[in-house]
Amino acid sequence: MKLFDYARADSVATATKDGAVPGARFIAGGTNLLDLMKLQVETPETLIDISRLPLTEIEEREDGGLTIGALVPNSDLAADPRVIERYPVLSRALLAGASGQLRNKASTGGNLLQRTRCYYFYDPATPCNKREPGSGCSAIGGENRILAVLGTSDQCIATHPSDMAVAMRALEAVIVTQKPDGDRRRIAIGDFYRLPGSTPEIENVLEPGELITHVELPPAPAGRQTYRKVRDRASYAFALVSVAGIVAVEGGRISSARLAFGGLGPMPWRNEAVEAALVGQEPTDAAFNAAADALLADARGHGSNDFKIPLTRRTLIATLRELTQEG
Amino acid sequence: MHFTINGQSHDIEVDVRTSLLDLCREHLGLTGSKKGCDHGQCGACTMLVNGRRVNSCLTLAVMHQDDEITTIEGLGQPGNLHPLQDAFVRHDGFQCGYCTPGQICSAVGMMDEVKKGWPSHVTEDLGAAELTVEEISERMSGNLCRCAAYPNIVDAIRDVAGLGDRNPNEDVGPRENKREVAA
Repeated sequence: MKLFDYARADSVATATKDGAVPGARFIAGGTNLLDLMKLQVETPETLIDISRLPLTEIEEREDGGLTIGALVPNSDLAADPRVIERYPVLSRALLAGASGQLRNKASTGGNLLQRTRCYYFYDPATPCNKREPGSGCSAIGGENRILAVLGTSDQCIATHPSDMAVAMRALEAVIVTQKPDGDRRRIAIGDFYRLPGSTPEIENVLEPGELITHVELPPAPAGRQTYRKVRDRASYAFALVSVAGIVAVEGGRISSARLAFGGLGPMPWRNEAVEAALVGQEPTDAAFNAAADALLADARGHGSNDFKIPLTRRTLIATLRELTQEG
Repeated sequence: MHFTINGQSHDIEVDVRTSLLDLCREHLGLTGSKKGCDHGQCGACTMLVNGRRVNSCLTLAVMHQDDEITTIEGLGQPGNLHPLQDAFVRHDGFQCGYCTPGQICSAVGMMDEVKKGWPSHVTEDLGAAELTVEEISERMSGNLCRCAAYPNIVDAIRDVAGLGDRNPNEDVGPRENKREVAA
């Protein structure tokens, strides 16, 4: 690990100022950042320890939603009775990720900012445009079984690894930040992440020193909620494909649908055409297949991840059956 | 830097890069916690920080100066074993023993999580947590045992939880998720 300076932040204001210095990185749980620092994939010059900032509460909102402090650990968020009651898709997604030890350490804000688990990103001996812009992509034409089939570019086919963020995308979460000049922003999760394009090293819209302080959850839409994750092991593995679904059926027809997907793209994926293909339809396999057609119209495999395309179709159909079955 | 580990205060200067695991093993002579993968994948380094189980290899010592750290040495000692240590011995919950300190610290933290009502991935009703074989397997999935002593680890945990013996024919691996749809 490269040597770094360490500073414990005593306020959000000082954290954002210190974090704006080139080479500075925030650290909260550190479960991903330290892993990458050991491999010298990340080599910050300064670590700003934000773990003691007072951002650990989950609070009621006037609109009936919740405001989650950025430092709420994943395990606390998953077990919060209000989250279990109103946002079971979020509890399920959190509990489907990582291990008990990691969930105790990992923060809400840090989970949103997880880096890809692409093998080549983790291996500094190989070219990777995300780790070293302009060096090339080893995954295209290489081992890409776990990588993306949607939203990729010729420069990068990495996936975003979070389960939590997939549920938050379905819930239309809003990410609240504070900048070094004190300005605060509320960023819809759908606007937070960036496609790789020709700059895969830039993964979101955060500016230097801008710190995630909270995540707002609006009231959940009507309907059943579920999170279905398909992975290589039954526990403690990243998603090959996952679906966060919230679907309501009224009078025998689907009245509303929210669907977000993990394991498929460089960000927690949502495509409103998928939902539009379902609303107003009877919950039949024909309608579910039409939704899968909309989702996968632009999907492109890269060899060893080709299987994800039919797997996604089957996973989506199984999820929709689960959410719309009678009784 | 100042640390409180197993109830004892330590004032010591260490490199800022030192993990909590290396602080204990390399600087304080607490070698019970083990280094397996050093990347948070195997669980051999599991300790309790303010009562919660964490991977001590994936956190910096400097970030834990105000915390209460408990390692396997703090849970029990020869002649004064923690109930889980005693149960692991009686149920033969190990072979080589390398993962055992992490397994036991993890189990202590895990049983406390169940006591608080925290659900897991295999909990059908998110509001009600209980320690079935399937739940133990899921909740302990962050601790690998390459000797595959899993059945006896599950038995040791069930013993301490007062749940009696497992049906010897019952598979201890996590099953397909059979839960009902959340309403």
